[in-house]
Amino acid sequence: MSQQLAEKNSHIVRFAGDSGDGIQLQGQQFTIASALAGHDLSTLPDFPAEIRAPAGTRYGVSAFQIQFGGERITTPGDAPDVLLAFNPAALTVNLPHLVPGALIIVDDSAFSAQRLRRAELTTNPLEDGSLNDYHVCRVDISHMTLEAVKPFGLGAKDSARCKNFWALGLVLWMFDQPRDATAHWIQAKFANNQPVRNANLAALAAGHAYGETAELQHILSQHPIPEAPLESVAYRTITGAEALALGLTAAGELADIELLFCSYPITPASALLHHLTGLDEAGVATFQAEDEIAAICAAIGASYAGKLGVTSSSGPGIALKTEALGLAVAAELPLVVVNSQRAGPSTGMPTKTEQSDLYQAVYGRNADTPVPVLATHSPADCFETAIEAVRIALRHMTPVILLTDGYIANASELWPIPDIDGFQPIANRKPTAADAAGVWERDADGLARLWAAPGDAQHIHRVGGIEKDIETGHISYDPANHQAMTDLRAAKVAKVADHLPEQAIAQGVPGGLAVVAWGSTFGAVYQAVKESLSDGLAVAQIHLRHLNPLPANLGELLAGFEAVLVPELNNGQLATLLRDRLLIEVAQLNQVSGQPFPVAAVKAAIAEHAPPRLVEALAEGADNG
Amino acid sequence: MAELTFKDFASDQEVRWCPGCGDYSILKAVQRALATCGADPAKTVFISGIGCAARLPYYIESYGFHTIHGRAPAIATGAKLANPELDIWVITGDGDGLSIGGNHLLHALRRNVDLNILLFNNEIYGLTKGQYSPTSRIGTTSPSSPGGSVDTPVRPGAFAVGAGATFIARGIDIDQKGLPGILTDARAHRGSAFVEILQNCIVYNKDIFESVSNRKTAADHQLRVQHGQPLLYGPNQDKGLRLNPKTLQLEAIQVGAGGVDEVLVHDETNPALALMLLNLAPPMPTAIGVIHRRQAEPFSQAFWNNKTRERRQRVVTLLHQGNLVDHRE
Repeated sequence: MSQQLAEKNSHIVRFAGDSGDGIQLQGQQFTIASALAGHDLSTLPDFPAEIRAPAGTRYGVSAFQIQFGGERITTPGDAPDVLLAFNPAALTVNLPHLVPGALIIVDDSAFSAQRLRRAELTTNPLEDGSLNDYHVCRVDISHMTLEAVKPFGLGAKDSARCKNFWALGLVLWMFDQPRDATAHWIQAKFANNQPVRNANLAALAAGHAYGETAELQHILSQHPIPEAPLESVAYRTITGAEALALGLTAAGELADIELLFCSYPITPASALLHHLTGLDEAGVATFQAEDEIAAICAAIGASYAGKLGVTSSSGPGIALKTEALGLAVAAELPLVVVNSQRAGPSTGMPTKTEQSDLYQAVYGRNADTPVPVLATHSPADCFETAIEAVRIALRHMTPVILLTDGYIANASELWPIPDIDGFQPIANRKPTAADAAGVWERDADGLARLWAAPGDAQHIHRVGGIEKDIETGHISYDPANHQAMTDLRAAKVAKVADHLPEQAIAQGVPGGLAVVAWGSTFGAVYQAVKESLSDGLAVAQIHLRHLNPLPANLGELLAGFEAVLVPELNNGQLATLLRDRLLIEVAQLNQVSGQPFPVAAVKAAIAEHAPPRLVEALAEGADNG
Repeated sequence: MAELTFKDFASDQEVRWCPGCGDYSILKAVQRALATCGADPAKTVFISGIGCAARLPYYIESYGFHTIHGRAPAIATGAKLANPELDIWVITGDGDGLSIGGNHLLHALRRNVDLNILLFNNEIYGLTKGQYSPTSRIGTTSPSSPGGSVDTPVRPGAFAVGAGATFIARGIDIDQKGLPGILTDARAHRGSAFVEILQNCIVYNKDIFESVSNRKTAADHQLRVQHGQPLLYGPNQDKGLRLNPKTLQLEAIQVGAGGVDEVLVHDETNPALALMLLNLAPPMPTAIGVIHRRQAEPFSQAFWNNKTRERRQRVVTLLHQGNLVDHRE
């Protein structure tokens, strides 16, 4: 084994410590520095549900993983090549994920007998040979942090808390990344607490200086990374929750309709509520309701009254909203329901990700109650998907479900900032002054009724959850009418497909194996297909944004392949949907562990299912998407 | 626009309650109140949950939204936030508002959303064929309590006091003289106005309020409260309520020749008095009228703090916030 971290164009770094150690903050700051250094990146915050779990325990370990580098990065990476571990538990829990030969930086003084016991260790891994396959860099981070912040007179506890910035300084030095953004952040965050501000700044500088001066070149040295080949536009780092908030806000402006966002706190969906507050001048108001049901009901009330209601939750909360969703279908009101999926059933693992609410979204209601369903595939993609969801809701006067997940919500990536003027305005069905149409007259485009709201003297009407007459909107128990209304509701959602773009192949060409996926598996599948293509396999990536209805050409497109593989983070829900809607055979790759797919797992499945032949032509056609 | 009469607030839909149902007279009282107030049908919205009462919006010539069981206060809250100019009425019942929807009623009241909430209390589930409800008195026999119900009922008005309601009134379905006035007051109140209406379900809980509503016995069983007036009742206004300072309870007394000095004067702004009045039960008289009213900022008014403006520019600014990395040459 070499004595150095391998020189590569990209690295995977994992920060790990107690959930009170400021690991997530450390990761976020490193992310910003990477972006400023011109790297593409993808992150994975991986933290426990407990806010501050007991220190030193294995279950209390909080981690943040980032892959960054001078090439296109689509996943946070399978196996870190650098681990920063603040204590024995953080080391032990993360060790199995590391690539052999990885660099492990540990806080040396944290490996005391007592803390080894907290981590359920009988021997010290730094000394018992269990780290023989890795480069280990023992740095007394805690002690050196205390030394660095001594002049500022903080108490022992506050002094110790500066260690995340000390360690961040060291890692920033390792990859030659700028410290300015972090320094600015510290200055702004602790503007009113000079001692804490100065101490953290000093810790950051001291960690960096340690890297420069310590004589550890044999194991710890600088690894500058080239810039990624980015477009010549302005970028920002963005999490999925932020991008979704911006997408909804922009959609409201594109539709010229104000938004009322109504929700109830739930992990991992709450971030969306936080990001949407305070945007009233941009046309968004938020309402924290008393429960999940009230949240969707208030959103429905807002849409009924002529603004666009939006609600958001995670799977268990969506379950509570289901009856009201049926009301929105029956009353034919526009509504956007965002589901930030998490591992389940029941409370499950609130901070871990999963894609297991697809059945719930597509099939999960009483009666024949179709609802359009879209899924976003990455933090940056949330922006456009939100706009599309609003467009469908307003064009067809229907509730729309937008699926995202805990991984997308919290992960960040580099986002080329879009030009809002480049988006088509979003039309709606509000009556115009010249319009003599009745409330229940439908347009041919979307089969949508008129969005007549209280205040409009021309269209006073009553509506409700009781079946309504297809012509007059009055209560109707007529059998033929119920059949007609049921058919209409189905046709309305089917009609959404008329307006969707043709499903494209993201990369690869037809003929061999189609890897069909949805949601946050995009990055892992992208990388796996890319590598498989360069291995000469006949494979293509098809990633679905629209899950109900499916794009009209999907059946035809898939007919051009020998086989279809559906990798997803559930027990086979898209696989079922494709079998149901397209009557095709598909192979499955399923993982329900609360973690994103490793690229290697997808790649192995591709190798298993791809036709056994080399297709040289693919090399040229690769990466169309 | 010519002045509207109560008939103008009748929709073209056939009313489908049981013949003799108390809901007919409540509907009429609501229509009268709307006409009296000069309500604009285009800006008036009736939002209901599920139950017999919840059908009312179909029968009023205004906007109407018949929603799902118990959720009308939440839907109405969203509608009011979306358009604070609307005059929104929530129509609910004892099952809809206090059982399945108790949570939403609680929060609408404590937020003081500017809504008029009418709870038709007939102490029974009508539409599901007669099961006992959360306001049914102990011992109510019903298909789901053949041996008599055993759980303690909730008193709607007391619940409203606990929730911090700023307007609480009680009316009687057939009281065409008094009920429209109570409804007019409810509409005028800024904030959540909660009105419990004693309603006779002639099929499943017939005459449960007979002693209070029957003209022959009403004088002895109704306490018509009015702010600033002594709490008197009886055929000759010869009975009154006084506060026993030792037990902190209301007592009925005969008003002697000496006048009404001992009798409490109604103070509608006092929630403690409201709670005592709302908890009065036979043999004490039932309080009718505006029992509690105080001013407090309605939720919906404070909601849209800043009006939307220069929206496109603000969205563009938002897009460019955060950690910018400019790769433009």
